[in-house]
Amino acid sequence: MCGINGIAALSVQTKVSEQDVRSMLPPLYHRGPDGGGVYLDPGQRVGLGHTRLSIIDLAGGAQPMHNEDKTVWVTFNGEIFNYVELRKTLLKEGHRFHTHSDTEVIVHAYEQYGDDFAQHLNGQFAIALWDDSRQRLLLVRDRVGILPLFYTSQGDRLLFASEIKALLPQLSEAPRISPTALDQIFTFWAARSPNTLFEDIFEVSPGHMLVLENGRLRESIYWDWHFPEQGDYHQGSDSDLAEQLYAILADATSIRLRADVPVGAYLSGGLDSSALVALIRRHSNAPLRTFSIGFEEQSLDESVFQKQMIEHLGVENNRIFCQNRDIAENFPATIFHAETAILRTAPTPMRELSGLVRASGYKVVLTGEGADEVLGGYDLFKEAKIRQFWARHPQSEWRPLLLKALYPYLETSGAQAKTYLHNYYSIGLDKPDQPGFSHLTRWFTTSQCKIFFSQELNARLSENAVDRLTEQLPAAFNHWHSFNRAQYLEAKTLMGDYLLCSQGDRMLMANSVEGRFPFLDHRVIEFANRMNPRLKMRALNEKYLFKRAMKDQLPRQILERHKQPYRAPDIPGFFSAHPPAYVDDLLSEEKLKRYGYFDAQKVGFLLKKARRGNSIAYKDNMALVGVLSTQLCHYFFIEQFSQTARETGASYPSLTSQ
Amino acid sequence: MNMKKIIRQYIMENLLFTEDESVLQDSDSFLDGGIIDSTGVMEIILFIEETFGIKINDSEMLPANLDSVDKLADFIQRKQAQAVAA
Repeated sequence: MCGINGIAALSVQTKVSEQDVRSMLPPLYHRGPDGGGVYLDPGQRVGLGHTRLSIIDLAGGAQPMHNEDKTVWVTFNGEIFNYVELRKTLLKEGHRFHTHSDTEVIVHAYEQYGDDFAQHLNGQFAIALWDDSRQRLLLVRDRVGILPLFYTSQGDRLLFASEIKALLPQLSEAPRISPTALDQIFTFWAARSPNTLFEDIFEVSPGHMLVLENGRLRESIYWDWHFPEQGDYHQGSDSDLAEQLYAILADATSIRLRADVPVGAYLSGGLDSSALVALIRRHSNAPLRTFSIGFEEQSLDESVFQKQMIEHLGVENNRIFCQNRDIAENFPATIFHAETAILRTAPTPMRELSGLVRASGYKVVLTGEGADEVLGGYDLFKEAKIRQFWARHPQSEWRPLLLKALYPYLETSGAQAKTYLHNYYSIGLDKPDQPGFSHLTRWFTTSQCKIFFSQELNARLSENAVDRLTEQLPAAFNHWHSFNRAQYLEAKTLMGDYLLCSQGDRMLMANSVEGRFPFLDHRVIEFANRMNPRLKMRALNEKYLFKRAMKDQLPRQILERHKQPYRAPDIPGFFSAHPPAYVDDLLSEEKLKRYGYFDAQKVGFLLKKARRGNSIAYKDNMALVGVLSTQLCHYFFIEQFSQTARETGASYPSLTSQ
Repeated sequence: MNMKKIIRQYIMENLLFTEDESVLQDSDSFLDGGIIDSTGVMEIILFIEETFGIKINDSEMLPANLDSVDKLADFIQRKQAQAVAA
């Protein structure tokens, strides 16, 4: 993987300077430590930059790269996994290749297929492509949002880059944090694409393409999650379909093992990563190194299951052990890389883990990311199914008790507990067909963290985040099965806007490690989307068909394990020991008031409670992490703007300088 | 400080995160107002057990005992009286 950046003129008079393009490279060195390059077109209409992490064609893959007559140029971050096949096809069509790198197929695919070229790519990518003869720039992002691509306009120029920090050297003043984005983060856990935390800085949305031509930007969608109308599902027996699913997953895994460097895998001990490791083992002869996280906090630790799989498959394993205090120590770096406010600390150990991968001499890891979204694994999907079932007979006493099968810790014995269960989980029960039904409980709980918003921030909020989201859903959404609707919302909010970026790419790339995600191969998604929902969740047995497809490869304990969501310590990560100075500093009344996003008195009470170790509620934990990460973002990207803009790679302004 | 005031102050500082007295009347239902959720009630119970030296049994976890500052105070006084009588 790599970092890409560039500048394009938005008006006829504007000329792009090579020096300006070069000024954006240093903040991306951590993404591409193996080299860098810049291309400036003869008319100075566009400049493309690139920092390189060498994985395929180590000798010949330098970028930006061009076609036969140097009229098409590309800077590219990612992998095209079907480049071998695509290259053959393009050679037959008469294209001549100068290298063996996957980047070059992009240039020729564009020549061959025009703007439809992205549909021929199987991979993960952020691409900027300049067509000199037609004087047009294309910005394209992969289908699900694995690799980032941000843009903003500055005067008469369009700036774009893999990370927001690379835009900063070309901004005349610090960006501003967007109230709308904070409102979305404190509802959905992330700003909704194309929004970012910052006003006027956007991302190219997953599956989208931006074309800049004659000074105008045009956006189009080349791919989206699409589900059949109800009833139009795959036909065939369960065992036939399980075989078909297995074959696609095996191929999706195999093509992701193509690399000129050794490949590792993350092993959490859950079903998805275990299945992935089993698939790699079966479809590759290369020695396999796995990487895992253990937690000091017993309730979060999955070491027992990790060991089971390590023994079962006979793979090597390296691990980090995450102690509570590691969270506080590493959280500022997490936020500097994530470039957004977040409500959970879970990304922090992921950056430590990619550090271990790098230190072990690996540049590429495969992970089980996406399996829950694609194949139907989340507890939230079960919860929605139970709530749907309950909504058919809202007076029922026992229907809501099914929730106990899902959340065994739910107290259902006393009348008080029962009343609370009813009150909380019955949200939206009168309208089970409303678009966001599956996610209302999560959004409602998360939104309660907004009580910490300051009056000034509240005054600047004008729209309801959930209403706005439902207005923007695709027209076909309401024709889909409720299970598929829940999957769509999950894929488009939490996965695309949070898991793949804040917890994925940014934590991997902080240590120059590339992640690959076989479950997010679009062929897997398209096949799974046409599976009857009952094959994703049979009664309350999640990922039914997937388990069936994998049953000969995995030990029963793993197949039948109760699902454990990956989490890291939130408040205990900061307050089980004495917190580092920056925590008290950024959460001080003075800083809270000066930055202006949160009510200093309310946060003061929350802080007192956290210090006493009394914050057990999810929402307290989310609120504290959300407030602290917002404060860190303000500090890094606004207060210390000038210094951050001058930093290179993974270094950031000191938190003790103030 | 009287019992209601102690309870109210705890709830305001730890669950509502405010000093603004107007947000919670002693008679307000926690459930109806949506002010306090089930984890919030757990926190209140822990606080009450520690502060007033009583133990709340599962069978007593009823809205009639726990659902407002008034009800909580009545309940605690009854429990304390029982303890003395015993």
